[in-house]
Amino acid sequence: MTAITQRRRDSLRRYFSGLALEETLSGFLFATPFVVGFSVFIAYPMIYSIVLVFQNWDLLTPPVFVGLNNITKVFRDPVANLSLYNTAFYTFLAVPVQLGISFLLAMALNQPIKGRSFYRAGFYMPMIVPVVASAVVWQRVFHPEFGLMNEVIGWFGMEPRKWLWDPALAKPAFIFMSFWMIGRQMVIFIAGLQNIPQSLVEAASIDGAGRLHQLRHIIIPLMTPIIFYNMVMAIIASFQIFAPAMLMTNGGPQNATLFAVLNIYRNAFEYYNMGYASALAWELFVIVVGFTVTQFYVSRRWVYYETG
Amino acid sequence: MNIAAKSFRPMRTAFRRPSWVRIREVAMLVALQIFMTLLVISFLVPTIWMVLSSFKASTELFVHPIKWLPDEWLWGNYVRAATVFPVGFQRFALNTLIITSAATLGTVLSSVVVAYSFARLRWPGREFFFGLLLATVMLPEVVTLVPRFIMFRNFKWVGTFLPLTAPFWFGTATFYVFLIRQFLRGIPMELEDAARIDGASRLRTLWQILMPLSKPVLATVAVFSALQHYNDFMGPLIYLNRMDTWTMALAVRSYNSQYAAQWEMIFAVSTMMLIPMVLLFIVAQRYFVRGITMTGFGGQ
Repeated sequence: MTAITQRRRDSLRRYFSGLALEETLSGFLFATPFVVGFSVFIAYPMIYSIVLVFQNWDLLTPPVFVGLNNITKVFRDPVANLSLYNTAFYTFLAVPVQLGISFLLAMALNQPIKGRSFYRAGFYMPMIVPVVASAVVWQRVFHPEFGLMNEVIGWFGMEPRKWLWDPALAKPAFIFMSFWMIGRQMVIFIAGLQNIPQSLVEAASIDGAGRLHQLRHIIIPLMTPIIFYNMVMAIIASFQIFAPAMLMTNGGPQNATLFAVLNIYRNAFEYYNMGYASALAWELFVIVVGFTVTQFYVSRRWVYYETG
Repeated sequence: MNIAAKSFRPMRTAFRRPSWVRIREVAMLVALQIFMTLLVISFLVPTIWMVLSSFKASTELFVHPIKWLPDEWLWGNYVRAATVFPVGFQRFALNTLIITSAATLGTVLSSVVVAYSFARLRWPGREFFFGLLLATVMLPEVVTLVPRFIMFRNFKWVGTFLPLTAPFWFGTATFYVFLIRQFLRGIPMELEDAARIDGASRLRTLWQILMPLSKPVLATVAVFSALQHYNDFMGPLIYLNRMDTWTMALAVRSYNSQYAAQWEMIFAVSTMMLIPMVLLFIVAQRYFVRGITMTGFGGQ
């Protein structure tokens, strides 16, 4: 006990005596922007948000304390539940296919074909298109009469569809659109593939392992940390999809594309239910963080780290 | 070992393998090349279609089968789109430029200062605050959406550019702080010590020695930060309500709802908004690639 206090006193003396004092003070000084910024723009809003959950407030009249009403409403509100269902539907169908496509593209661009940097730039290109512009374009790609999509399926003799105007096809259309936004994942996969030691692949090849065998037993195991990283980030981002839904369908038709963040936005800035919107935001927060933590926990079973 | 394996390889392919294996490999590569070309075209088609259509007459847009090139290139669509609102499109462009540059400059400067403290100075509590910083990287932002709005409303900042710029002057773009910190840790201490012995202050050492050495990472942060603020939709949507404060993103959205039938005009404003990003992408492509590789981040 005394030894610990003694050590702590020593370590404090190390920070605050002589030359070290200048370094400590500079350290505080240079970290000040973050400490202030974190407190004001991150920590305070999060704490305040908890207070809001227990209030009803429309920003005009004074806030009213309502206890747990907002929290119980979150679980009972069919619209809120639908928005979570839509978000989960989108995330769990879009993310695995995105990962698959971007991994295959990265594998292909790792082969000795000509003009690889051109392809890489081309596949990345949709990522730099402003979200508003790509929403405008995709809204028209899916146009029921004069859209590109119906034109293309027409080549294969398929009937035109109503896509964004059809409650059954609106979410699939969003998922389809998300396959164009895989440039970032692809570039990360390419970087990962280039880090695989060539000697391992060579050795397997000399031992008579075919391409598929190499992929299954060498490449994929070595890539698991990167697959995991891409998966975690893609799921966090997909759970928070907002702009395309707001711009292309405004949640319709029949709330088929009412995603969680759009529902939160509406409650806060269209219906002015600040308390209820905060409760919905916390629900989504708990789901996303819980999901991320679970993935880290499960990852111990399938992610291979060379050092571990 | 590795070198030996590499230099051994061409011999093996040249002498040991039967030629039909090589023919099959070449054929597969050619097939792959063709397939990838078709695929990359499909990735570019929506954007190209948008740009081409922005020059068409309305009548050319609503036809079967789809017409790709305009009969006549109507630059007038752009003039019409730029002047249809009482506040001209140049006002939206200027607002976007101000917000993007203020936020980007703040992100780069404050991140490098904070990162310096975390990377190269020892002070009590450093590990604790660094832990907080890392925890915020994966935090879903949506939870602070409502309380932040109320806070900025109390500050009387709603309707100004401040909610979209000021937070970024405080090192709150935590991912970038982390990125720069990792880079600064790789620079040898001796370089800094020499300047310090000559009597340079911390700030001056950072400015004159460390920042020039960190150019690659700073450029990456600047490029991604600019992309993020330029493309931002939700922030301006919530905080900018008067038309003369709108960014281009809000303007495009407004065209899209008011002139829904006039595709050529909507495509024209979208193209105008896209051009600066394409230029940035062409000029700074290596920073995009390096940034994503370093960070697993980018865009969005």
